[in-house]
Amino acid sequence: MIGADAIVKCLEKEGVDTVFGYSGVAIDPFWNSILETDIKTVLVRTEQNAAHAASGYARTRGKVGVCAVTSGPGATNLLTGIATAYSDSIPLVCFTGQVDSELIGSDVFQEADVIGAAESFVKYSYLVRNVKDIPRIIHEAFYIASTGRRGPVLIDLPADIQLSRIGDFTYPTEPPKLRTYKPTVKGNTLQIKKVIKVLENAKKPLVCVGGGVHLSGAKNELQKFVEKHRLPVVSTMMGLGILPTEHPMYYGMVGNNGAVTANHAMKECDVLLMVGARVADRAVSAPDLTFEGKVLIHMDVDPAEIGKNVGPTIPIVGDAKHIFEEFMGQSFYCSHEEWIASLNNYKMDLKIERPEAKGFVDSPKFIKMLSGKMKDDAIYVADVGQNQLFSCQNAIIREGKFFTSGGMGTMGYSIPAAIGAKLADPERQVVAVCGDGAFQMSMMELATMNQYKSPIKLVVMRNHYLGLVREHQHFVYHDDYSMVDLGFDPDLEMLSKAYHVKYIRCENMEGMEEKIDDFLTGDEACIMEVLNDPMETVAVKKA
Amino acid sequence: MHKKVFQLIVDNTSGVLSRIAGLFSRRGYNIHSITAGVTADPRFTRITIVTEGDDEILEQIEKQLRKLVDVRDIRELVPDNSVYRELCMIKVEVDAVKRQGIISIADIFRAKIIDVSADSLMIEMTGDQSKIDAFIALLGDYRILEIARTGIAGLQRGTDGVVWFD
Repeated sequence: MIGADAIVKCLEKEGVDTVFGYSGVAIDPFWNSILETDIKTVLVRTEQNAAHAASGYARTRGKVGVCAVTSGPGATNLLTGIATAYSDSIPLVCFTGQVDSELIGSDVFQEADVIGAAESFVKYSYLVRNVKDIPRIIHEAFYIASTGRRGPVLIDLPADIQLSRIGDFTYPTEPPKLRTYKPTVKGNTLQIKKVIKVLENAKKPLVCVGGGVHLSGAKNELQKFVEKHRLPVVSTMMGLGILPTEHPMYYGMVGNNGAVTANHAMKECDVLLMVGARVADRAVSAPDLTFEGKVLIHMDVDPAEIGKNVGPTIPIVGDAKHIFEEFMGQSFYCSHEEWIASLNNYKMDLKIERPEAKGFVDSPKFIKMLSGKMKDDAIYVADVGQNQLFSCQNAIIREGKFFTSGGMGTMGYSIPAAIGAKLADPERQVVAVCGDGAFQMSMMELATMNQYKSPIKLVVMRNHYLGLVREHQHFVYHDDYSMVDLGFDPDLEMLSKAYHVKYIRCENMEGMEEKIDDFLTGDEACIMEVLNDPMETVAVKKA
Repeated sequence: MHKKVFQLIVDNTSGVLSRIAGLFSRRGYNIHSITAGVTADPRFTRITIVTEGDDEILEQIEKQLRKLVDVRDIRELVPDNSVYRELCMIKVEVDAVKRQGIISIADIFRAKIIDVSADSLMIEMTGDQSKIDAFIALLGDYRILEIARTGIAGLQRGTDGVVWFD
């Protein structure tokens, strides 16, 4: 048995069934060994998308996504994908081939110090120096990626190590004992009691959920908790889909692109329970002001997030799933019907005049219609830009999931992530929505989609601009547009033909219902090109 | 394999130390010790690195360090022509009865007693690394609780090697 065989065996032990990646001489021993197993390999068309596809896979399955690429340019191409996963705390194990151990540091062909380059956006990284360390390192890597605050772990594999003989192979069965890594999982009982007391006395309590709730698998526990105690809920972008959009206790997404009612609730509440949300700048722009005079309870598995952007009144470190299970075991009573009534009235009275895009497809209306017609448990993957913000504001999510690159805002995420999601759960309907900018960043993955029979439904919202930046330049630079005009539009109909994908075009809202029905029907891939008003803005223009 | 001491004068920019340390880890070089502090001219930092390798590697280290944008000057501090000093603090477990024994060793080495408690002593000494090693070896009969060593700082003797920048 050689090192590469050992790596593959470790993956089997970890229950890995799919590896995304790209080949190259430095990682070829691994790709050769994997042939001997039932693990499915998926060859993407550029390395960055291996990480995005693994991310879509991880978010669908709720387990670690795995990708492997070669040294040098393969590794550096992967970096954006790793950083994207890191900022959304997605658990990945990423393998990179490396030049032979003795050549490291001598600038040989396809050598890059990927460990150094990725240092600030991996949860941990390993350079394997001895073939005997492979089982321990991979075992630790999966443990670190999938516990505490999830995140990507990088393993750099010199080619000679992959080819070295390894004597006996034993895979550890116990969780690794790491001296310096001990994530807190259980919440402190005293803190939980304190929270209950505060909630009992609260007149206007509010729960704000973030991506951490998805990651800890606490969706059901949280829903039961807020239903039992009738607690109103708002979410961050990463927290979308934790409560169904039409749930009576749900008031929308917070933040500078969020729902008015959600932001109103944030402003008015007297007790705010933040769960698995990092109080980032796009969600809460001036945390000190926002939380003045409120009781802030901040629950997160990462102690460094608590107090990073705002000092909480009550911190609770731990995994949301465990903590909400604990909450459900405690009996207490809250009463705040007036608050709920006032939020409902506020929502009812709210009238936002939004002029409909005439002669084009109106984005908010389209996304409501599209998501309304999707299957209940469908996965909606939004890209980055105006399409993403329109999606966050308008998509109706029921039992399904909503993915997007929230923290990093990486354009081109949606297509590979949707393919990863489809491969993780082939029975599910997966819909990706992207703009014409992001589409051109990752359209090459349509080939991957066909090759591995993972059909996705892809909406390309075309406005001939990098719309969100154009919108920014509209407001900030008074229409002095620079570097935002996609002057040349590829013919999507011909492109669809080139990739053997069904194509539907929508120039305006006419017959939209039927077109969406046609788009979503069956399990075949389909591209829907939607023409938007190039001057459409997410922000409602002041008259 | 042998040791070499390098003296670097670098621009006092943010991240300069991490760039230098990063170069060592990236290329698989060893660092025995590294010290840094501002020079007479506050724009620059003097870094003293003790490293180990064969001739080929040591030559590469010097060349690679020289290439870094922030590095203004790099030279070897040759033992015959340089002075090295390291500060070392040693905490020894000792009661009042045996205290005198340690104090007399410290005197010989011109080390200072800088803290005393009922059951311990803290000693400060400066010197080159071999002197400090010898002193620690002499304390072998006692229980050493903690040691803090700074790594060496060094200067070339005389006025020849003084580096000035406009």
